[in-house]
Amino acid sequence: MLLRIEGLTVRYGTTVALHGLDLSLESGELFVLLGASGSGKTTLLRAIAGFIQPDAGRIALDGTELAGLPPHRRPVNTMFQSYALFPHMSVAANISFGLRQQRRPRAEIAARVAEMLALVRLEGFAARRPHQLSGGQQQRVALARALAPNPRLLLLDEPLSALDRNLRMETRGELVRLQKRVGTSFILVTHDQQEALSMADRIGVMHEGRLLQVGTPEEVYERPASRFVAEFLGAANILPVEVRDGVLVLPRLGVTVRTAMPVPPVPALLALRPERVRIGNGAVNVVDGVVVERAYAGEALTHSVRLADGTEMRVTQALHDGLGAEQPEVGAKVTLSWQPEACILLQEKPLPRCAVRAGRGRAAKRIDAKARSAEGEGDRVGTEPGDRAGMEQGDPVGIEPGDQVGTEQGHRVSTEF
Amino acid sequence: MLRTSTSPALREERSAGEVSAGRGLVLAIPWTWLVLFLLLPTAIVLKIALSQPADGVPPYAPLLHWIGRIPHLRATADNFALILTDPLYRGAFLHSLRVAGLSTLICLLIGYPMALAIARAPERRRNPLLLALMLPFWTGFLMRINAWIGLLQDNGWINTVLEFCHLAPVRLLYTDTAMYIAIVYTYLPFMVLPLYARLTRLDPALLEAASDLGAPPWRTFLSVTLPLSLPGVWAGALLVFIPAVGEYVIPELLGGPQAQLIGRVLWNEFFENRDWPTASALACILLVLLLVVPLTAWAVASMLMRATSKGPSVMAGLDPAIVRP
Repeated sequence: MLLRIEGLTVRYGTTVALHGLDLSLESGELFVLLGASGSGKTTLLRAIAGFIQPDAGRIALDGTELAGLPPHRRPVNTMFQSYALFPHMSVAANISFGLRQQRRPRAEIAARVAEMLALVRLEGFAARRPHQLSGGQQQRVALARALAPNPRLLLLDEPLSALDRNLRMETRGELVRLQKRVGTSFILVTHDQQEALSMADRIGVMHEGRLLQVGTPEEVYERPASRFVAEFLGAANILPVEVRDGVLVLPRLGVTVRTAMPVPPVPALLALRPERVRIGNGAVNVVDGVVVERAYAGEALTHSVRLADGTEMRVTQALHDGLGAEQPEVGAKVTLSWQPEACILLQEKPLPRCAVRAGRGRAAKRIDAKARSAEGEGDRVGTEPGDRAGMEQGDPVGIEPGDQVGTEQGHRVSTEF
Repeated sequence: MLRTSTSPALREERSAGEVSAGRGLVLAIPWTWLVLFLLLPTAIVLKIALSQPADGVPPYAPLLHWIGRIPHLRATADNFALILTDPLYRGAFLHSLRVAGLSTLICLLIGYPMALAIARAPERRRNPLLLALMLPFWTGFLMRINAWIGLLQDNGWINTVLEFCHLAPVRLLYTDTAMYIAIVYTYLPFMVLPLYARLTRLDPALLEAASDLGAPPWRTFLSVTLPLSLPGVWAGALLVFIPAVGEYVIPELLGGPQAQLIGRVLWNEFFENRDWPTASALACILLVLLLVVPLTAWAVASMLMRATSKGPSVMAGLDPAIVRP
């Protein structure tokens, strides 16, 4: 056990940034903290680094309590989101900064700097100043500087967010390979679910100062523990289900659903990944609907299909050779099907969402992106893209007059929304 | 990241004819100002400095002497030669530089912590603190110097307090101490303001990074805060040093009679000896000194910076972590 965090609580005035958080980390692990902005992930990172004193809880590294130690006494280094390279120092001086604080011999420092420059492929850049480097090069200097003192744990605060998209994709793989090579444990903070899924050994999904779920990317994606996790990591169609005579049923459609998972006590939600549903009659579970929208995304095609009860379901198909041209147009009647293994059953506490919404009165008309992503649940009906794109755009996808809220209580969503 | 280069589009726009006409008009104002109130007076002073003293009004011989219709230049370097050879003037220059240098240093030592404290104060408290710093300027300069006389004189407030504490009274007024106190008091805001401007722009993430990499607070200060605030140090030092070299009022009112500063010498030459050419030559040399001294200091410092920033031994003189035990 490298790092053990117990009951970590941080408050900013009256707001609680971290709610008694627990987390354990193994040596050599690349752990990704995933969450929207304001979820507390950066606060957690800063508490580990020592920039924030927690109000309660313990942070133990190698069994040594860190709380109370100032940042410069912790064997933990941070790679800052802005890189925070010292502008008045050369690349070499930046990288050697930590080693010089440890008063290592000159020869050792020089050797380590050369080693780090080679590691991040910046040989020949030693004498440059940070402002003479590109964004990607600065990012690598920041990484080298943080790794040079050989920390027990490296904290990376959104390390790729300042890079442009293509470079970011490239750097993901590079960063993972580098981490495996040096063997240092990483905690990486990101709001990008793709980044988290593709890089992490384990992911911790954070929301409102709590770790909702911790697990491997497969575990978190395939078996999300809650509706929020299901929707935050990838897209998910959420359908209310009931158990009748030990069989799972979509109550408003009257369709029986066969699952590979044990049937939970009601009330429950069925989450279906859009890419696990297919158009056509090929699988065990079948529903009918009408295509209301087609979204072409280059490598994939997404149909929104309205079911008989008004719920919209998203179906994403990867576009192989020839696929796409014969896909159904808007208005076409289609059959959707999926295998039992595609069913994710979520046991969700029914939230008092209608009360909350009603209390907000006219303001509730504007379903802004922030409120929806923050509450996670809200008034989204049936199908809702859980990915960040959908949240940020804030378009009221799938909210239609007459749609029904998907809980056992079965309140109606009136046009006031 | 800072981008200082102008975008190509902007440069293109600036080179267009119609824009440069308006630009010329705007630039004409400061240029006219500079020519009228800086270059022209300097030229007149230089002209007087090259003239020979004479009895009359004005008390110097004209530079151009007309014999018939042919102008004869009667320039002389005697005034400069006199100043450069006479130990009185040399001494006054050196003393002025010393007083100004020491005052600048004291201002820096007091002003830096002040600027840092204001820059690190919570945002809502910064403006009141700055206001407090500037508040003395609301009162006239001579008024404030006279107030210092009241504080410093033998039976003034300071000595009253000392007596009350059963300490021996000290002579303060008409000494160098009084002069330094007043110079530092007067010019301190000029040191604090540029430093403050620089320090508020310092990215706090840099300090966190230094701390994160193992630097205790004092070493973070020496290796990050101080080097990055050096432009502010220079600006503040110049703003204090330059007026302090030519300071006349404070040494005259508070300093001792032995303090022969260049400002007082200049005054004497001008008003008491009515030797305008010598006074003008003094002013010219003072101007050159004020250009040369800071420029030399700047050049030496940047040379040192360049020499030390190549390898990992950056800021070797400042960062004790590099100095091997």
